[in-house]
Amino acid sequence: MSDRGKIVIGLIIFVLIFTLPMTYNMVAKNKAVGAPELEIPPEAGKECVRSTEYMRPFHMDLLNEWRDEVVRHNDRYIEGPDGAMIEKSLSNTCLDCHSNKENFCDRCHNYLAVYPYCWDCHTTPEETAQPELVVAQQPKEEN
Amino acid sequence: MSLWFSIIVILVLIAIPWVGAGIPGIQTLFGVVIPYIAIAVFLVGFVLKVLKWAKSPVPFRIPTTSGQQKSLPWIKSANLENPHNLAGVIGRMLLEVLFFRSLFRNTTTAINEGDKVTYGSTKYLWAAGMAFHYGFLLIILRHFKYFVDPTPQFVNWLQYMDNFFQIGLPIIYLTDIVFMAGVGYLLLRRLFDAKIKYISLPSDYFPLLLLIGIGTTGILMRYFTKVDIVSIKELGVGLLSFSPVVPEGISAVFFIHLFLVNCLLMYIPFSKLMHMAGVFMSPTRNLVNNNRVKRHINPWNYDVKVHTYEEYEDEFRDVMKGAGLPLDKEPAKEKE
Repeated sequence: MSDRGKIVIGLIIFVLIFTLPMTYNMVAKNKAVGAPELEIPPEAGKECVRSTEYMRPFHMDLLNEWRDEVVRHNDRYIEGPDGAMIEKSLSNTCLDCHSNKENFCDRCHNYLAVYPYCWDCHTTPEETAQPELVVAQQPKEEN
Repeated sequence: MSLWFSIIVILVLIAIPWVGAGIPGIQTLFGVVIPYIAIAVFLVGFVLKVLKWAKSPVPFRIPTTSGQQKSLPWIKSANLENPHNLAGVIGRMLLEVLFFRSLFRNTTTAINEGDKVTYGSTKYLWAAGMAFHYGFLLIILRHFKYFVDPTPQFVNWLQYMDNFFQIGLPIIYLTDIVFMAGVGYLLLRRLFDAKIKYISLPSDYFPLLLLIGIGTTGILMRYFTKVDIVSIKELGVGLLSFSPVVPEGISAVFFIHLFLVNCLLMYIPFSKLMHMAGVFMSPTRNLVNNNRVKRHINPWNYDVKVHTYEEYEDEFRDVMKGAGLPLDKEPAKEKE
C-alpha cells in the first residue's frame, strides 16, 4: 500500500502553515493603512539635534551614546544645530519638542513591535503633569 | 572547485539586486514581482515534489531496527528504537524531527596511538545543526512583524526572550548569534575537514553560503547600515495582503536580503533542502515494525501460475510408477 492519503493531509497542513501570514492579513482587524504619521506639537523648535534622515534610523544609537557619555563620563552638554549648548537628555531635551510620546514615539514603535526600555526609568511630560504619578515614580526618576 | 563555483554564484546573486535596486522604476521587480514568483515556485514546486514521492509504493516495512523487537511478553521491547505501534512511531518521529536524534548518534573514527582505530561519539554536527535550525525558525517567526499587521503577540514574547540580556543597542538578538554560529560551523567543517571537503559539492556549499548571505545582510541592516523599517513593513504587509506597494527610500541592502531569501525559496524544491519534507517520509523511521505480526502483501503482485507437486504427480503418475519412483498417492487401479 502507499500512504498517499496521509501525505496529502500533511501537504495541506504545510500549505496552510506557509500561507498563515496571508490568511492573517486577510482576517486581521484594525490593520494600519500605510506608514504611521508622526505628530510634533506646533510650539516645538524648528531644528532637531540632528537631521531627520539621521534620526529616523539612528536615534537609538544617539541616545545610547548620550547615556554612556552622561552616566559614565559626566559629559552632559553638546552643541546644538544653532550653536547653543543643549543638555544630553531624553526627558529634558528630546521630550521638550517631541512631547507627545503616544503620537510620536509610540506610532512607529507599536507599528513595528519595538518596545524600548527607555520608559522603564524615564517619564513622559504627561505623566510628570499628574502629581500622584510623580510621587509614585519619584525614586525611579532620572535627574 | 565546488566552493569557488558556489561563491561566484552567490556573488552574482548579490550583485543583481545591488545594481538593480539603483535603477529607478525597477524596484517593483525586486520588491513585488520576484517575491511573488518565488512564493509560487516554492509552493508549487514543493507540493509537486512531495506528490511525486507519494507515488512510491510502500509494500513492506523497512524501519531501522536499532532495538529489541516486540516479541514474547517477558522480553522487554524498545518501542522507540523498534516501534511496534503507532505511538512508538510518533515518538520516534517527534524525536527525529524536533531533536535530530539519528544525528545525535553520530560517531567518528580516528587513528590514535599510532595504529589504533578508535570510534567515539561526536556531537558537534548535531549541536550546530540544532543551533542553526532552531535559530532560523525563531528568526523566521520573529519576522512575522514585517509580514502581518497588527503584530501578533507571540512576536513580542519571542523578541522579549531574544533581547533578554539587553546587550548593546539595538539590543543584540541572541538568535542572530546562534544562527550565524551554527551555520558558520556547518560551513567551516566542510572547509577544514579534508574528508568532508573531498565529498562536498556545490549543492552543499551553495545553500550554506546563501544562508550566511541572508544572515549577514539582516545583521547589517539591524545593527550597522540601518534601513527604513517602517517602509519595509509597508512593503512586506502589502505583499502578503496582495495589495503590493513599493515605498520610497528602501536601501539596496534590503533588496539584497529579500532577493537572497527569494532565491532560497525557489531553490528549496529542487535541492537537498527538501529534507524538510523528506524527513517525514523516511520509511526507515515512519513505519511500524510489524512484519512478523501482520502480513503485508505486495500490492503489485500478479497471480503467479504455479504448478504444485500434487498437480505434477497427477500428470506423471503412471510414468513415475513405471520408473519405480515413490508416490504420495498410488494410482487408482492399484487400489482396486
